Amino acid sequence: MSQPIRLKDHEKDARLVRNRVVVGAVAVMLLICVLIARLYYLQIIQYDYHSTLSENNRVHVQPIPPTRGLIFDRNGVVIADNRPSFSLSMTRERAGDWQQVLDSIVEILELTPDDRALFEKRMRQGRRPFEPVPILFELNEEQIARVAVNQFRLPGVEVVAQLVRHYPQGAHFAHSVGYVGRINEKELKTLDPVNYSGTHHIGKTGIERFYEATLHGQVGYEEVETNARGRVLRVLKRTDPKPGKDIVLSLDIRLQEAAEAALAGRRGAVVALDPRTGEVLAMVSQPSFDPNLFVTGISFKAYAELRDSIDRPLFNRILRGLYPPGSTIKPAVAIAGLDSGAVTPSSRVFDPGYYQLPNYDHKYRNWNRSGDGWVDLDTAIMRSNDTYFYDLAHKMGIDRLSSYMNKFGIGQRVSLDMFEESAGLMPSREWKRATRRQAWFPGETLILGIGQGYMQATPLQLAQATALIANKGVWNRPHLAKTIEGEPPVDENPMPDIVLRDKADWARVTHGMEQVMHGARGTARKAAIGAQYRIAGKSGTAQVVAIKQGEKYDRNKLQERHRDHALFVAFAPAEDPKIVVSVMVENGESGSGVAAPVVRQIMDAWLLDENGRLKPELAPVTATQESPL
Amino acid sequence: MMNNFDRMLSSEDVMRRRASFLQRIHVDGPLLIILLTLAAGSLFVLYSASGKNWDLLLKQATSFGIGLVSMFVIAQLEPRFMARWVPLAYLTGVLLLVVVDVMGHNAMGATRWINIPGVIRFQPSEFMKIIMPATIAWYLSKRTLPPHLKHVAISLVLIGVPFILIVRQPDLGTALLILASGAFVLFMGGLRWRWILSVLAATVPVAVAMWFFVMHDYQKQRVLTFLDPESDPLGTGWNIIQSKAAIGSGGVFGKGWLLGTQSHLDFLPESHTDFIIAVLGEEFGLVGICLLLIVYLLLIGRGLMITAQAQTLFGKLLAGSLTMTFFVYVFVNIGMVSGLLPVVGVPLPFISYGGTSLVTLLSAFGVLMSIHTHRKWIAQV
Repeated sequence: MSQPIRLKDHEKDARLVRNRVVVGAVAVMLLICVLIARLYYLQIIQYDYHSTLSENNRVHVQPIPPTRGLIFDRNGVVIADNRPSFSLSMTRERAGDWQQVLDSIVEILELTPDDRALFEKRMRQGRRPFEPVPILFELNEEQIARVAVNQFRLPGVEVVAQLVRHYPQGAHFAHSVGYVGRINEKELKTLDPVNYSGTHHIGKTGIERFYEATLHGQVGYEEVETNARGRVLRVLKRTDPKPGKDIVLSLDIRLQEAAEAALAGRRGAVVALDPRTGEVLAMVSQPSFDPNLFVTGISFKAYAELRDSIDRPLFNRILRGLYPPGSTIKPAVAIAGLDSGAVTPSSRVFDPGYYQLPNYDHKYRNWNRSGDGWVDLDTAIMRSNDTYFYDLAHKMGIDRLSSYMNKFGIGQRVSLDMFEESAGLMPSREWKRATRRQAWFPGETLILGIGQGYMQATPLQLAQATALIANKGVWNRPHLAKTIEGEPPVDENPMPDIVLRDKADWARVTHGMEQVMHGARGTARKAAIGAQYRIAGKSGTAQVVAIKQGEKYDRNKLQERHRDHALFVAFAPAEDPKIVVSVMVENGESGSGVAAPVVRQIMDAWLLDENGRLKPELAPVTATQESPL
Repeated sequence: MMNNFDRMLSSEDVMRRRASFLQRIHVDGPLLIILLTLAAGSLFVLYSASGKNWDLLLKQATSFGIGLVSMFVIAQLEPRFMARWVPLAYLTGVLLLVVVDVMGHNAMGATRWINIPGVIRFQPSEFMKIIMPATIAWYLSKRTLPPHLKHVAISLVLIGVPFILIVRQPDLGTALLILASGAFVLFMGGLRWRWILSVLAATVPVAVAMWFFVMHDYQKQRVLTFLDPESDPLGTGWNIIQSKAAIGSGGVFGKGWLLGTQSHLDFLPESHTDFIIAVLGEEFGLVGICLLLIVYLLLIGRGLMITAQAQTLFGKLLAGSLTMTFFVYVFVNIGMVSGLLPVVGVPLPFISYGGTSLVTLLSAFGVLMSIHTHRKWIAQV
């Protein structure tokens, strides 16, 4: 029974497949006709067009690099622009014996064998056929003339005008805006080869690096027909490049200059920011360098000079300089103490000039060896009393202290758009176990209370910790870009605001900081003399070399480079903060004596008008208030 | 008496007697002649495309030799024997693809090769080009035709697993060809037109939905340059602009052998591999390409004839799929070089330089020869 059915199936299958073979054969014929039609179109109908292209040699696709976005300060002053510059480029296919042409170039322009080696390296880098390779940048007029006169000896060589980055403000913004430089081999591997096909420079540091994608733009191209010598006969098709976006920075060139003047030639760092927005108003790391040197390639000698200088001009002290924050951290520690309940606004500690842990002999000294007697929180901040903060830190313990300091940004990257910011260090039990394989000692908590020990922070972090007190715990990441083509930058990883159980604690700590500046016994009262606004500030010193127990800091014994760094943080006006300033003066020794006057000068520059009066927008606040001293 | 006996024999039987020697060594004469023609043509064009590189020519000739040996060996295997071992070969192939996948990810980069230094080095995806249609043919030949929905679904799973593994290598071109080779078996097996049309119809809304709801901007950009390479003239579009100029400037009769300027001045990239048809078009014109297409058509025609005459369902399905897939290679390559289709890395069969694809192709024709020469004549009469 089943046998006949199988046989019938077999025949049906064969018929089915045969039908499909016919369908397949028809499809093949149709598609072959499509191909032939296409070839007919290309080879018969468009023959003249293609033939001409091929004959005259030929179509080239030339990338048109986009114009790099400009960078302005907050008032529209140009910080980075593009200037035309002439470079020498060579097309290998047209040069014939290109090695010999290189020899001629070296001879005509009187260059060195080193230059020749460099040219050869550039010629050998990846490229598509008939692409001109730039080998020498920044030609001067004489060189251009020499090339022109000797053109007959230089087949395939041409002088090309291109736009090159220029920093009209020179050294002022080297540490914030950074600079662009020639694309190197390593970068070449990670870049989009198409978008960078006409680009020779890329952001290396700072804003130029961080916003590289924004500033660069999108490449355009030209399909051109050239003759056998490579001269463009006509443009067949052109797609314009999309220029990079302009960036307006929050930096203010006048404040920047004022901050540099306030440092008066000392090595150091200044950060000024607006606590309400996180906009950075000034960012100074001194000494600085001219970023223009790096754009077209710095000579090895000049670079070695910068690199090996004892003053370290290339070192970005604002973002990379790590210092123990010293007493400048005390306001944040005070907030932590109040909020965690370790201290109350009225609780007092007796200071005999030192602090001792129960059952330990070691004396933790107050800076004032004779002691301040009974001290409450307000006095402790005003007098920068170490004993009070040893006691506070001891009561809080490392775990709570570490967690609060993290909320203030210590040990965190705080900025929104700064390249290679250091995270600093806020130690914790886990950190010490992981890195030192040791348990945490109680004494280490004590010295953290006065900003010493393992704790390390950048001047930017100190500014941000202070801005948080000024702004009552609301986080705005410090950022340099005010707007990018009119749009403010977006913080995609915001820090949580610090919410205190009792909001009045912010005012209590601020009051202590005001007393530092304006109180009768305030440590930095001299810096506030004659101020037309209230300042809340805190001084600090960062040790460069440790001092043994029982020994006294004696400046005469120390070499200049081993003296303490002077620190000062402050905001003003105290009741409605518009500016936060953090200053670090390298080997300046005295926070209140050296760094505080710098802060005052910067604040005056920002808050006072040219007649030395408070700016009109600040007037209503100060009208009801008398000069504090 | 004698006369009467003669009349009783089928015409094929007469042919068998005439070609009995080739029949006995399981070689199909017409196929062999066409293949040798293509081989000669390939070396001829390659000599020009490679810039008179004898080393390269020698390598290609050697690959042809290896491929012919492989073809000859495979032609000796009975189709029944192939059908028996295909499931195991399929599992081995998938396993090797998984190994490649794991190795590739450990090496933090793409790889398509199995490489045991000094022993063997090959691409499992190349192996799958024959195993894939054979597996589906084996599976469907045991079912009733046209295939039920369930059997279609199982076939699609069998195709899908290696497809996804090869896409992940990533080698989209090969993956699509392997997908096509499996799909052609279903087509040959009489997959209902309704289903074919509904799948094609469903593609459009799915693609539109993906475009608007799933894909990111940069992915859209990639798809756009893939579909229209000339919008990216600094990347893949450059090849197309140059290859079109090369083909177009060839005109009707071409510029003559060794006289193509585009290819010889290094304008044309990959002129001896994927873009070799542009050299042919430039030097021999429309006539040259049409001649090549005619040879290809003869090959495809012979393949379809073998399909129609195959005695077992397995043989029919496999021969049909291999032939149609071969056509897809030709169409995709020429379509791509002439700017009709997106750029995927598919070589021009038998003409492009490259040993691996040559050996695979010739092996596939070995399978066709086996199917054709192992027929049982008595059963037919």
